[in-house]
Amino acid sequence: MSLLELRNVSKVYHLGGEEIRALDDISLDLNSGEFVSIIGPSGSGKSTLMHILGCLDLPSKGSVRLDGAEIAVASQRELARIRNRTIGFVFQFFNLLPKLNVVQNVELPMIYAGLGARERRERALKALDMVELGNRLKNRPSQLSGGQQQRVAIARALVNNPKIILADEPTGNLDTHTGELILTLFRKLAAEGRTVILVTHNPEIAAVTPRRIEIRNGKIAVHVDAKLAGLDRLPVATTATTAATAP
Amino acid sequence: MNFLNAIGVGLKEILANPLRSLLTLFGILLGVSALVAMSAIIAGNEKGLKEGLTAIGGLQKVRIEAQPVPIEQRHLRDFATGVTIHDVRALAAGAPEIAELSPTIRLEPPPILAVGSKTHRTWMTLGCLPVQLGLMEHVVEHGRMFGEVDNETARAVCVIGTGIRDELWGKPEDDHEGVNPVGENLTINGQTFKVVGMFQHYEGEQDRKAREQAVLERAAARAALLASGQTNPAAGPKRNRGWGGGGGRRGNFAYWIKNNTVYMPLETMRQQFVLGNTNLPPDRISVIEAKIHDIDRLDLALTEIRNVLMVTHRGIEDFGLRTQEEWAERIQDTIKNARVSGGLISGISLFVGGIGIMNIMLASISERIREIGIRKAVGAAGADIFTQILVESVVIAVLGGLAGLAASRAMVWVISQLTPTENAPIITWPAMAVAFGFAVFVGILAGLFPAIKAARMNVIQALRYD
Repeated sequence: MSLLELRNVSKVYHLGGEEIRALDDISLDLNSGEFVSIIGPSGSGKSTLMHILGCLDLPSKGSVRLDGAEIAVASQRELARIRNRTIGFVFQFFNLLPKLNVVQNVELPMIYAGLGARERRERALKALDMVELGNRLKNRPSQLSGGQQQRVAIARALVNNPKIILADEPTGNLDTHTGELILTLFRKLAAEGRTVILVTHNPEIAAVTPRRIEIRNGKIAVHVDAKLAGLDRLPVATTATTAATAP
Repeated sequence: MNFLNAIGVGLKEILANPLRSLLTLFGILLGVSALVAMSAIIAGNEKGLKEGLTAIGGLQKVRIEAQPVPIEQRHLRDFATGVTIHDVRALAAGAPEIAELSPTIRLEPPPILAVGSKTHRTWMTLGCLPVQLGLMEHVVEHGRMFGEVDNETARAVCVIGTGIRDELWGKPEDDHEGVNPVGENLTINGQTFKVVGMFQHYEGEQDRKAREQAVLERAAARAALLASGQTNPAAGPKRNRGWGGGGGRRGNFAYWIKNNTVYMPLETMRQQFVLGNTNLPPDRISVIEAKIHDIDRLDLALTEIRNVLMVTHRGIEDFGLRTQEEWAERIQDTIKNARVSGGLISGISLFVGGIGIMNIMLASISERIREIGIRKAVGAAGADIFTQILVESVVIAVLGGLAGLAASRAMVWVISQLTPTENAPIITWPAMAVAFGFAVFVGILAGLFPAIKAARMNVIQALRYD
């Protein structure tokens, strides 16, 4: 049984009487420890897919199973709980709270998990050590570089020990070198057994993942998986700059 | 998220915008202190009014006085007797609900009192029996009350209030300490009377404070004068400001009347002032003051009195019964009206403070849409966001309420400095509790809508919001 199972998932928006089919009958399986990228141009439905994978939104039709449990009919409270315990988010704009310092930002998900102050502290410090920011605890996000902020965000995504890391253009606001470091971090997390989903519009970034799902017009257009081909990673699809992103 | 965390987050948010929070808080502060101050002033007035009611004898008193004959009995008016001494005897025998009876004759128009060259037209000169003393809650502090013998022998003696002393002999505060008119003579409309007693000085708390303050100031001034070695004070006679020469407030009206009273024996009054006056029937008296046994049986007592008097007056209703109930009711009404209108006005000001909170919370959540989105993305449920916003609002209200309670003391002080009254404002615990409770309630009410709005925000839209 897969960790995440999407069966015939559709998402339809109604905009002024017009029906917009953002996702059209998508079926997809994601397993533990997979490092997968979802790629597509803007307007392709890639963001909608990410929202449904991240339990930020529910599909109009179809079934979404997380760990075997159907969540397409979950309540908002249950979705919040899943976002809190099972999924860690990493965003393009980091989305740290500017008024809180580094530790407080990392502690945030644990507050909603109802953990005590001491445990929150311990786990936050551990997560920050992992992203090598153990020395910037009291800094505000505005005092950190983009790469550092993204690492704080990753630490925040990790503190509740989620099974899935969902990263939305995590390197979009970083320079190439910092982006590489972040991607290396994700690879490590996948190797630990977490499912890491990388959403991007950049084929070069998508190239680093063994599995690649390309969305166009709400459907899966291209689906390649290195494992199925018996490879460790995919051959470079777009040749020009992949060398730079390879570790 | 537990509740303590929510309060912590709320406080942090409030401290993050100190000026804005302070201004919002100020709205609640003013509302609460206005509410407390208003109720303090009303409580002060209520106390003053009730003291006044007690000072004139309390609720158990019934006043029997002459009254014009009703229109349907006009043809009988020549047979109307008015209130007479016979009524007193009849009531004493026929109305067991009456505990004490005191017939009085009031000298009208107010007579001229004189000592030497000083004259004074007093308010209330009564001929009465010794029983009147207790009935009117009078206390003789110097000398004695006249007795039955004085009455029967119609001796020319009188008991006076301190107001009379002040006018004819001078106030003790005005460098006349030790003036005791007991034993002195005064004339009433030219007839000489001996002062055998003087009542205590009746005054409200505020008046007493003012008087004591004046005494202290004068003593200090005198000490300063002596210290400077000056023997002849530069200030000449004190200027009289307006009518009465009292120079200042009268204080509570009930006290003022009591202090400006002269009592003489009923018989003395009759012989010296009534019998010589051919306009008045010899048995006519002005008013009968009666005290009943039990206020709960007031209706019964009134019926008794009425029945007895209808006999003695041969069915002519030329008398009226006046109770203090009306006054008591009027006090209740006045207080109730003051409470309602005052409470409403200051309640509205507190409500305005609440609107200020709601305004600021709405502004605050629209500034924090992204933050709310982030919090929801990392696992905050709608209820968590709801609690957070509500707690912020309530924390502002609670802080404002506490500050308002502290400020109400200052506000009461300012008000009493601006408009001194004889009734010092009284800050009561219930008023403070109600004002604070109302502030918290307003805080909850003000936070409710923004909190619901924030809790219902869509995660995806909130995350995308710039």
